[in-house]
Amino acid sequence: MASVKYSQEHEWIGVEGDVGTIGITQYAQEQLGDVVFVDVPKAGRKVAKGEACAVVESVKAASDIYAPASGEVIEANAALADAPGDVNAEPMGKGWFFKLRLSDKSELDGLMDQAAYEAFVKSLS
Amino acid sequence: MTETPAGPLKRTPLYALHRELGARIVAFAGYEMPVQYPTGILAEHAQTRSAAGLFDVSHMGQVRLTAKLGHNAAKALESLVPADIAGLEPGQQRYTQFTNDQGGITDDLMVTSTGDHLLLVVNAACKAADLAHLQKHLATACEVEPMFSRGLLALQGPLAAEALARLAPQVAGLKFMTGAFVVIDGARCYVTRSGYTGCDGFEISTPADATDAIARKLLAQPEVKPIGLGARDSLRLEAGLCLYGHDIDTTTTPIEAGLLWSIGKERRQQGGFPGAALIQKQIAEGAPRKRVGLLPDGKAIAREGAEIAIAGKAVGKVTSGGFAPTLGRAIAMGYLERAHSASGTKVELLVRGNPVPAEIVPMPFVKHTYYRG
Repeated sequence: MASVKYSQEHEWIGVEGDVGTIGITQYAQEQLGDVVFVDVPKAGRKVAKGEACAVVESVKAASDIYAPASGEVIEANAALADAPGDVNAEPMGKGWFFKLRLSDKSELDGLMDQAAYEAFVKSLS
Repeated sequence: MTETPAGPLKRTPLYALHRELGARIVAFAGYEMPVQYPTGILAEHAQTRSAAGLFDVSHMGQVRLTAKLGHNAAKALESLVPADIAGLEPGQQRYTQFTNDQGGITDDLMVTSTGDHLLLVVNAACKAADLAHLQKHLATACEVEPMFSRGLLALQGPLAAEALARLAPQVAGLKFMTGAFVVIDGARCYVTRSGYTGCDGFEISTPADATDAIARKLLAQPEVKPIGLGARDSLRLEAGLCLYGHDIDTTTTPIEAGLLWSIGKERRQQGGFPGAALIQKQIAEGAPRKRVGLLPDGKAIAREGAEIAIAGKAVGKVTSGGFAPTLGRAIAMGYLERAHSASGTKVELLVRGNPVPAEIVPMPFVKHTYYRG
């Protein structure tokens, strides 16, 4: 079972070994509304923690997705091109955005665990 | 959303109903308005295009102009707008704009003649300024009465007529851009066959205290579901209709905006509205820029503010852009230098710094289906 961490920007990162799978949370997809396009980074791109590296377009607006940790993109979710609605339907499953080979796993320490993230979301409403 | 009952945001007569229906409420033009209901914008958009949708547009400003003895309200209003208002038959409706001395647009509006007065519907964000403008210039000729507490419901879609006719059979006979007084659920309403979606449909002006009951009656019809402002925007964009403050404003003229059709034929010659000299010059010689439709390749969405370029040189800006649910692709509109504005011209739209190829296309993006009888 991968360990999942959360950012204040409402991204999640599921970590298995040195690979992190990144997407947006249930709260984020609810706030965005219907997702119609996701611009995911290409494999091979190196991203730094906090860097804007993907864009999610809902009917209403475009939102940047920030890398919750540094690393190299090893895979993007190609299925989102034809099924952007997966982000709404299963934000933490089929609706993942991209996978990173993490360059410094200690960066994950600054992220929230599920309980902390749930408390964070609660504090926003 | 935090509850701010004493806050500055106003509410329409349907606020409680929106809450009950689970709407997501946002601040819009000083009102707490539903941006979407639980089904979401895509479903609401499809509902309107395929059946019927009910929109609360009570935030918009309704104003009644009644001529004072010895005066003509239509003639008076023509001093502020370029449309042929004097030629309106009772029950006829027209789209027009308030212009300024530079030919810019200070608001766009609908004007309907009931025979003994004119009913105006103006944008929510402009209504206070519009009212002051009307009072300043028309007070000698007209009683200018704001009816800002009235409700305004839009019922839009191919099944709108069927649904509304069940409550008020006489609406079936109305044609696009005409209106009539109609009793609905015991309340005297003014109904016009018009809207902001490109579909057949109606706008229903209701007494404030009857609005909630009428909305519930309409929602009880099997064809009808509630639709928020999010889908209202995607629907109007597909229909190629201007959104004030975005596609038209004080820096754009009706000619640049492609609204020449809304200017009365005689009025193009005779003028007599603010900015007439410049607008007449643009009619004769062409405007320096034009509003055009844009069809980007691929899936990236060029939104308001995106630069339009040809071979790397900036030639215009996107004023509205988004996803067109009916077409399953991105669409946009914007202003372009006239020399480059012909349909079929290839341009690039700068989306987050990346040039996205696009083509200039005629609007609307989705065919209008108005009922013309």
